[in-house]
Amino acid sequence: MLKKRKKLGRGVAVIGAGMSKFGMFRDKDSKDLFAEAFNETIASVDKGVDPNEIEALYLGNFSNDFFVRQAHWGAMISDLIGLAPKPATRTEGACASSALAFREGVFAIASGFYDMVLVGGVEEMSKSSSTEVAEGLALATVPYEGKVGFTFPGVFGVIATAYFAKYGASHRDLMNITIKSHKNAPFNPKSQIPFTVLELMHAKIESLKKKGRPVPEWKNEIDFLSDPGANPSIAWPMHLYDCCPISDGASCMLLVAEDLAKNFTDKPLSVAGIGQGSGRGFHAAPSLTSFEATKNAAEEAYNMSGFKPEDIQFSEVHDCFSIAEIIHTEDLGFFKPGEGFKVAEEGLTALNGPMPINTSGGLKSKGHPVGATGTSQLFEVWKQLRNEAGERQVKKNNLRIGAAHNLGGTGGTCTFTILERK
Amino acid sequence: METENISDISYEKYLNEDKLMGSRCKKCGELYAPPRPICIKCYGTDMELVEMKGDGKLAAFTCISVGPPFMVEEGFDRKNPYCVGVVELEEGTRVDARIEGVDTGKPETIKVGMPVSVHFLHREKNNTQITYLAFKPK
Ligand SMILES: [Zn+2]
Repeated sequence: MLKKRKKLGRGVAVIGAGMSKFGMFRDKDSKDLFAEAFNETIASVDKGVDPNEIEALYLGNFSNDFFVRQAHWGAMISDLIGLAPKPATRTEGACASSALAFREGVFAIASGFYDMVLVGGVEEMSKSSSTEVAEGLALATVPYEGKVGFTFPGVFGVIATAYFAKYGASHRDLMNITIKSHKNAPFNPKSQIPFTVLELMHAKIESLKKKGRPVPEWKNEIDFLSDPGANPSIAWPMHLYDCCPISDGASCMLLVAEDLAKNFTDKPLSVAGIGQGSGRGFHAAPSLTSFEATKNAAEEAYNMSGFKPEDIQFSEVHDCFSIAEIIHTEDLGFFKPGEGFKVAEEGLTALNGPMPINTSGGLKSKGHPVGATGTSQLFEVWKQLRNEAGERQVKKNNLRIGAAHNLGGTGGTCTFTILERK
Repeated sequence: METENISDISYEKYLNEDKLMGSRCKKCGELYAPPRPICIKCYGTDMELVEMKGDGKLAAFTCISVGPPFMVEEGFDRKNPYCVGVVELEEGTRVDARIEGVDTGKPETIKVGMPVSVHFLHREKNNTQITYLAFKPK
């Protein structure tokens, strides 16, 4: 009966990508941010492209309805970029919204219906108060969780205590994730917090001195992150430096049928594997220390591409909270269950390590405008595979396979996308 | 007797009566709490509500310092965090709940695996009674 091929009807390639700077912007709205990402995307097409050739838009946005009281962003952005009256579709999968847009765009081309589509995402969060943002994000938790007072950091706090109890990890292991990701941050010009933890520590010392306050004697980053004055608990064991910031931003990519790609660039990336999964929340999840949606996404993407975890040369991994990176690198097969918490300290996931994770600095330092995150992660893969990542370039011989993992909500929607330079 | 609707609405209605309910599939016997209207094991649709004993162990938890507005209204903040967690019931299913009777100022004293029993927290909001599912250490 069903064949369950799980292959694309025809190949799809990325020929352009761009993203706005991520940050908290008083004087920029969603349209301004998307325009920044769109202009960079068009300019990134090596042999040029006429934007009139774009046939459709798939746009990820989680909750501008709540954050800035304006919904219906597909049509809004289609007007901005001169696409109307051609179709625009909004996708929503919480923090994985634009990875879903990417996937729908791939399917639209693979089906043979379109030759060229724009995919991307946008989110404008910083104009809401932090309580409002917490409330808005909590809309993406499972109702049984939200109703008893779980917040987003709270959900990941729960996952962390389950992981700690099972594998003997501690908050110190989470600090190593934060320190590692922030080491890449100064090299990313789009980063919201382009500083290492050490630099942030020195900045804090300077500001305390200026205010005439007593300065604690922090010997190193771990010392600094262990001080509840500098790194207060948000949802124990999640502390401030375990959580990504509140951000505004946009990102997008231009996709074409693979057989047309050479008309636009000699360095296209092909979509080798694309997977997605759903998760159920604590009441029904098979495990509290693993994301079933990530596992399903990985299985789909690995099967489609024929690649194995060891073939992936670097990956962006959704690190909305430090514990999330640890567990996802296990679920994606990069490390064994119960091993993921040790690898950052050993340097395995550093920029110059054998398996670089979050060369962009991760959501923790790059920023996490939720609906824009998925395609911004793929933007990093695009930069790396085209050898355009500057000081944060992964220096491996024959760099050709990179991936991005995106998580929505508390694990309700996850994607895993593998791009290949042929 | 009229068949009762199995839904999140009935789940909450029973919480107001100090009852933690689940549902059992009459065809294959699978038990769910919170209750499900569809058996996702055999796709049987003949489900019955069953009351849970209310005993279990703490599977995981967190102590939240920055809560949503409805928890802030109850007086929780950085100086007074609240605990929520996941409880694995004796019957084998998991529920999300508030955890009472623990020292949220010293979260390292709260232990995963500790036995807990159900406790219903009644609150009034806009003249409506709401009940939070909660557990306390035994
Ligand atoms: Zn059944």
